[in-house]
Order: sequence, then C-alpha cells, then structure tokens
Amino acid sequence: MRTKLLVVAAALFPVATFAAGGEVKLDHANVDITNKGSLQRGAANFVNYCLGCHSAKYARYNRMAADLGLSEQQLIDNLMFTGERPHDTMRIGINPDDAKRWFGVVPPDLSLIARSRGADYVYTFLRSFYVDPAKATGTNNMVLPGTAMPHVLWELQGVQEAVWEGHVDAAGNAQRHFKEFKLAAPGKLTAEEYDGFVRDTVNFLEYIAEPAQLQRRALGFPVIAFLLFFTLLAWLLKKEYWKDVK
Amino acid sequence: MASTSQTAQAGGGRLAALTAWIDDRFPMTRMWKEQVSEYYAPKNMNFWYYFGSLSLLVLVIQIVTGIFLTMNYKPAAADAFGSVEYIMRDVEWGWLIRYMHSTGASAFFIVVYLHMFRALLYGSYQKPRELLWIFGMLIYFALMAEAFFGYLLPWGNMSYWGAQVIVSLFGAIPFVGDALTEWIRGDYYISDITLNRFFALHVIAIPLVLVFLVIAHLLALHEVGSNNPDGVDIKKVKGPDGIPLDGIAFHPYYTVKDLIGVGVFLILFSLVIFYAPTMGGYFLEHANYDPANPLQTPPHIAPVWYFTPFYAILRAVPNKGLGAALMGLAVVLFVFLPWLDRGKVRSIRYRGPLFKFFLFSFAIAFLVLGWLGLQPPTPFFTTLARIFSVVYFAFFLLMPWYTSVDRTKPVPTRVTYHAH
Repeated sequence: MRTKLLVVAAALFPVATFAAGGEVKLDHANVDITNKGSLQRGAANFVNYCLGCHSAKYARYNRMAADLGLSEQQLIDNLMFTGERPHDTMRIGINPDDAKRWFGVVPPDLSLIARSRGADYVYTFLRSFYVDPAKATGTNNMVLPGTAMPHVLWELQGVQEAVWEGHVDAAGNAQRHFKEFKLAAPGKLTAEEYDGFVRDTVNFLEYIAEPAQLQRRALGFPVIAFLLFFTLLAWLLKKEYWKDVK
Repeated sequence: MASTSQTAQAGGGRLAALTAWIDDRFPMTRMWKEQVSEYYAPKNMNFWYYFGSLSLLVLVIQIVTGIFLTMNYKPAAADAFGSVEYIMRDVEWGWLIRYMHSTGASAFFIVVYLHMFRALLYGSYQKPRELLWIFGMLIYFALMAEAFFGYLLPWGNMSYWGAQVIVSLFGAIPFVGDALTEWIRGDYYISDITLNRFFALHVIAIPLVLVFLVIAHLLALHEVGSNNPDGVDIKKVKGPDGIPLDGIAFHPYYTVKDLIGVGVFLILFSLVIFYAPTMGGYFLEHANYDPANPLQTPPHIAPVWYFTPFYAILRAVPNKGLGAALMGLAVVLFVFLPWLDRGKVRSIRYRGPLFKFFLFSFAIAFLVLGWLGLQPPTPFFTTLARIFSVVYFAFFLLMPWYTSVDRTKPVPTRVTYHAH
C-alpha cells in the first residue's frame, strides 16, 4: 500500500503561503486537539496516506503514542510499518534527490505545517483538488494552484470538477471566477465522511506541530490560580505596610 | 516587620559578627541602606511607576531562560531550526522556557515603552535627570539590538528575511554602505557565519552591556532621586531628620508595592504563555515555522511589532537612504528631549493644553504607525503613514516652541497624596 502511494504521491509545492493562496476562502477546520479519538484516527490517516512521501521529522513515535493514549504495543501494531523503533522520529526513506527527480519538488516536511500555514489552510487544501487535464497529475488545487501534489485521497473523496462563473470585465476581457465544486465521480466516502477524515488528519497535524500544547493548556490554570493568590497576599501586605504612610 | 528584627536578634551574635566582618571589607550594609532601605522615594508614585521594576524582572527572566535555552540550542545554519524544535518537543520543560523567552521579548518592549511614556507624562527626563534619561535610552538601543540579533537565532524564514532587510538598511549609508553590510554579515549574504556572530552578540556582548547600563541607570536614579506624578522636588522640603517629608523608604514600602505589580504582570504573562504563545502571529510569526530559505522570500516581510512604528516611517519615505535616516532619527530624537523641552513644569498635571495636545497626538501616531508597519503597503496606508510620521516628528521638533509658550499651571510645593 505504502509503496504504491509512494509512486502516485507527489509533493506540495513549497511556495504556499496564506497570502499566496488561490481564489477560495478558507473553511474552518474546527479541530479539537483534546479529542483523542480524532487524533488517533488522524494518526492512522497520516501514516497511511501522508507518511509515504512527507516526513514529520521532529515528531517522535512514542511521544505521540503517549499523548494519544496508546500503548507501545498498540503503536507498533497499528502505526509503524517499517523498521523504525518507537523512539525514532517520523522520517521517510525517500532520498530528496530522487523525490526532486520524480515529483519536481521535495515533498515538504509536515511537522510544522499547521503552525506555518494554519489548520484551516491544510483542511481546505485537502478538500480542494479538482480535475484539470492540463496538469501532469490530472488534478489541480484551488488553494494552491499549480501544486505538484496529486490528489492522493481521490479514492476516498471521489473526483471533483470545478464550476466557474464567467463575466466580461471593463477592458473587454473574459474573466472567470471559481463558483463551486461538483462531484463528478463519487468516492468510497460521502462528503461528510470525507470532511471528517480530513478534519481528523488536520487535527493530528495540529497536534504534531506543537505536541506540548496539551500540557501547556493544562498547566495554565494552576499557575494562574497560584499567581492570583500570590497577588492577593501582596496586596494585603502592601495595605498593611502603607498604613503608616500619611 | 517585627518578626524580621526578632529573627535577626535571635540569629544573634553570629550573624551580626558576619555582617561586621563583611562590612569591614566591603560596603554591604552601606550600599543596602543607600540604594534600598534608606533611599527615599516620593510617596505619591502611581500606576505608571510599576514599569521600572517590571523591566528589571523581565531582564532577569530573559537572562535565566536564555541560559537554559543556550544549553540546547545549536548556533549553526544546518542545526539551529531543528534544535529549537528539539527544545520545544524533547527537552524537559523546554517549551515553557522557550515560550517564556519569546514572550519575554515582547513583554520587555511593552514594559519599556510604558516606562518611557511615564517619563514623557511627568517630565522625568528634565534637569537634573538628563543623564539618567540618556542611560535609559542607551538601554533601549541595546534592547533593540538584542531583540534584532536574537530574532535571527531560530533560523526560520522570517528570521532570515527580517535580518536580510534590516542589515541591508546599512547599505543606504553613503560610500561605506556596501562594505559595512558585508562586514556585519561576515559574508555576502545572511549565512552560517552571520548566525554564529549574532549568537555571540545576543548571548554575551549585548547582555553584558545591558546589565552595566541598568546598573548605571539605577545609580543615576538614586543619586538624583525619583521624580513623581506631580514633578515636585521632594528634597526641597525636609524634616528635622534630613529625610524629605514626602519621601518614604524604598524598602519596605515600594518593594511590597512592586510585588503587586509583579503578581499582575505574571498573570498576564502566564495567560500569553499558556493560552496564546504566538499571540496570533504577533509574538511568534507564522512564517517563522518554515526553516530559513534563501531562495524563497516570504510574501510579506514585517518586523516583530515592537519595531513596526519605525518600519512604517522607513516605508513612508520614497527614498531608501532618506527613509533609513528618518527612521534612525525617529529613534535617536528621544535622547535630546531634556534639551528640546523648554517647559517650566515637569508633570502633565501642570502643563498647558499645547503640550497635552502634542503628547496625545504623538502617542496616537506611535500606535497607528505601529499598526501600519504590520500591514502590507497600499497607497492609502502609505499616505496615512506619511501623515502620522509628520505628527511623530512634530512632537519632538516643535517641542522648544510649544513648551515655552504653553500656559502652565502653578506647581504646589508638596506632592498630592491621599492616604488610603
């Protein structure tokens, strides 16, 4: 499975940014990193569909398992397929030079994609592939026009066509704007199921972009509660001392 | 209070003997008294006076967290970005230390800007506090350098291109410009060599200068005495014991008062660290989560928020050389405030309407320019930036005029204070 994907999959062209996005408005990913079920499904999606070409070289397998509530055995049985050890990071076997030759670009590392582009960007990107015969991969992407990445998830989503609206501008040139997507051939999943699949995957990307955020948010309350108490004491102390100041 | 002195007595002869032994060889007790327990500060210092001690607190936070970051950070182009992620993921409490440091950088500028604004409000730079003010401004310049050098170290793409843009500004200097930028970078472009020297400057050279300047700033303050919201010289009215009637000992009165400031500050600081460490991209920019890439410019390069008022002034000027010169002037003009101000009173409480108008316009201009510096340039924003740049400079350049003709109110001989 992974070898096959490795051959079909190509890369995100790395010039993507918020500002340079395509014509579509980004949809809200609505991810929730406290949802362990979603993170576990996302992890499975990630290792099955993304990790063939994209590494997450700063994310460590066993740290991920611990944060997602999985035992080491569950990790090895379900999420690790090749020769890595649990304390390894999520690297890939492709030589960057080969990747460049095969896909035209090196598929970017996804450790921090949710922090550099935002969860909404990735969520919308993965749902915005459409048929474009002009492209070598047969598909284009509305969020990142000209992307070198093929629609790896087409089996699940099905095949979308873009519907355009045309008008003639003041200078007399024909202009076209993206209106909506139309499903040309259904996939294995319904539209809602596919959105859920992408949401889980993006949720996982959001988690690996900053694994400490689970601890970070949990620690905030006790620290601030202590500081409120400290400030109250400081205020009472000040009041006591300043009684002498007339 | 009572318990402290009892403990000292109970500690008895031995502690007193040790103190005496040290005092014979080092002026410990004398320094403590002169600088802290018998330093008399005006009793009417208000909210605005918290930011001095808070600046010192942030300096300590930055130094301590910086030391721990240095233990795991690798100042090499190939390793720097990865080592920061290593700190964020694999180092015990590394994420907390790094967020304290990155939030501390922004917090430093927030408290320092408020501290400086206090000086503008109450004329704290006026005679006899000119040198105190100059030391303060030198601290501010060192802080800007420190922030600039430090921002390259994560080796993200915004680090890289931000440094590229700022270093290239030195190229605008006539004749020596190009040679100078090459000398700063140590290379023809921002490279591993640049990263190494910025690391050296960030972790030792500038912090050393900062600490010395802070000591000089505090010694100068304690020599001339603190100003206050009334701008009254409390040393003019002294009691029979030689202590100013409106003065109270810094310790314990202001040490306990500053603790409240510390508490409130740390609550706000923690809210950022634990719930919004990037502050929506203002404290840690999104583009900096892509590693440095010399071949790929981010679509919109903006410095971190604390430099953006000056960046907006730079962009408002069509000529690069003139823009860089005006930007430099916008920073340096603060130094000359003690001589630009011809006012007969210090505090805003007794200043006339002209000063209030110009100070208020200046504060607005600073904030608007700061916001504009974060936006991509559009013709409308450029026009806006030009208007507010004029307002910014008018505050300084017209100051000799409006402070001398302003209608001021009479200043009382004693400070205004209502006991709580």
